[in-house]
Amino acid sequence: MSASAVVFYILAAGILVSAVLAVTSRKIFRSAIWLLFSLTGIAGLYFWLQMEFVAAVQIVVYVGGIVVLIIFSIFLTQQSGKDLPVPVRGRAVLSALVVGAGFVLTYLMMMRYSFRPAGSRVAVASVGNIGAQLLSTSEHGYVLPFEVISILLLAAMIGCIVIAMKTKPENK
Amino acid sequence: MSQVPLTHILFVSTALFFIGMYGLFTRRNMITMLMSVELILNSVNINFVAFNRYLYPGKLDGVFFSLFIVAIAAAEAAVAIAIIINLYRNFHSIDVEAADEMKF
Repeated sequence: MSASAVVFYILAAGILVSAVLAVTSRKIFRSAIWLLFSLTGIAGLYFWLQMEFVAAVQIVVYVGGIVVLIIFSIFLTQQSGKDLPVPVRGRAVLSALVVGAGFVLTYLMMMRYSFRPAGSRVAVASVGNIGAQLLSTSEHGYVLPFEVISILLLAAMIGCIVIAMKTKPENK
Repeated sequence: MSQVPLTHILFVSTALFFIGMYGLFTRRNMITMLMSVELILNSVNINFVAFNRYLYPGKLDGVFFSLFIVAIAAAEAAVAIAIIINLYRNFHSIDVEAADEMKF
């Protein structure tokens, strides 16, 4: 087993263990921190796949943005030091069974399909290539989805402000 | 990288997806349910990037799909947290069982 494979298995184990702890931890703040570790491990997996730009986006948006947002909202809405309630035993067992069965089924289906790797051709995922194709108007360009998603982000931003705005009391 | 077969990466992403599903089933707190949704979206991203890297290394479409998913996930998290904060103002709890006013 080469060093690269060892790195992959360590990353994979870290991702999965911290994801399990993120969904089972009794303290919500610890759960958020385990989610942070899991997302960082996924960024490491992207680095391992030599997709540096996706890894950078993962760190900037998820670790730097979404997890910080989640931690802020925990501070706003949660009494500190209070444990989350234990899930109902029947529901926990049933969902573990369903999830385990789904996992086994999906993975067996995947094993039966023989993926044909394209060999070790040179990857073209440099930042320059990504930027050029993302904003290109030719046949394989992605400029239309890019514009659509910028409208979506603007709409989401305005929507957040409108939803979270305090309504003024009427007798004032 | 070539020593690890693609199915091992797919194992990681499948396991991550079902871990997120387990969290979505068992948690009743809205913020932790949002965390589970983030795990599920990340598992999809791993799939896109791994397929792009292993099967079509000369193309970039998987990268673009994962970038767009990241952007949509950011918008979704922001809107969800705005809704959660508004719900907390009205019900003083973010448990999904507490918000049953529209339940028939």
